[in-house]
Amino acid sequence: MVSRTTDDYEKLALAGCEILCEPAFWAGFDRSSADGFYDYFRQLTEYEPKRAAKFGIRHYSWLCINPKEADDPGFAREVMGLIPQFLDQPTVLGIGEIGLNKNTRNELAIFEEHVQLAVDRDLPILIHTPHLEDKLKGTRLILDSLAGFSKLDRGKVIVDHVEEHTISHVLDAGYWAGMTLYPESKCSPNRAIDMLEIYGSERLWMNSACDWGISDPLAVPKCALEMKRRLHTAADIHQVIYENPKKFLSQSPKFIA
Amino acid sequence: MPSKQQLLDLHFIDARHKLIDLAAFLDRMDRHPGEEDCRLQALRNVLPLLLEDRPDRARAVLESFSDTSSDLPQTAPFQGATGAPVPQKTGN
Repeated sequence: MVSRTTDDYEKLALAGCEILCEPAFWAGFDRSSADGFYDYFRQLTEYEPKRAAKFGIRHYSWLCINPKEADDPGFAREVMGLIPQFLDQPTVLGIGEIGLNKNTRNELAIFEEHVQLAVDRDLPILIHTPHLEDKLKGTRLILDSLAGFSKLDRGKVIVDHVEEHTISHVLDAGYWAGMTLYPESKCSPNRAIDMLEIYGSERLWMNSACDWGISDPLAVPKCALEMKRRLHTAADIHQVIYENPKKFLSQSPKFIA
Repeated sequence: MPSKQQLLDLHFIDARHKLIDLAAFLDRMDRHPGEEDCRLQALRNVLPLLLEDRPDRARAVLESFSDTSSDLPQTAPFQGATGAPVPQKTGN
């Protein structure tokens, strides 16, 4: 929500949002120093929870250096050195959104170092998969890489931004899958509902893209309305937009629903 | 589960609108000067998939728009994504 105005918190509260979680992500530009990330991590762990609380919303976060800025390993490791001092903050749930952007060896190395950090501390992991033409290859690389972590609890990992060509790879490997809803260019509410109908709602959640591009914090409640139009029951809707995120996030002892 | 008739009532106008928009885009590309690139050919390649009798057209379209290369560059040659795989440069 660092990219959103306070009005968006008000709209989320009016739509019935009780809790949100925000991953560390790209700022719309590459930061020039690790100090920029130090300030960003403070914003995520100190300022945003207070801003959300004014509207009765509990704000949780995930920390990392995002894959887009992780292609410079030296810089990425400098930023990663800042993360441990923030992990004990009361609203930090885990490591994310880590992953790949352009599917490079550098990105993959930093991804694996983040995974090891999470495994060492028994933290949940939120994984970003690349967009558009890079998604299928990147998802396969990520799943191949995760398979090498013998101590990884796959139930504590959610692989986000799945689409029709990647969802079965993620679910079949035993991970949670996230469908990120966008107003344009990527997964729409109706396609997400199609995937729910085909794959069922176990280990599947939806989230609203709230980034620097064209995105909509109310995408999830709008999708819930679309589910109702498509004759999904109130119980089914509640399961996917409330119970499933609660089940996954409750694996962090800090998460209180 | 809604019937086909109910889904048509819900989504036909939207699907019709998107299809006409695609047709207009192809007309626009024909009408304007300059060279096209791999994206337009990628779009043409997926159009026959829409008429195939299969339950996973959306998946097939996404796979057709995907990078199928197996090489891993050390660092990103460029940032961002174009929506269609960029042809690999040959070594000769």
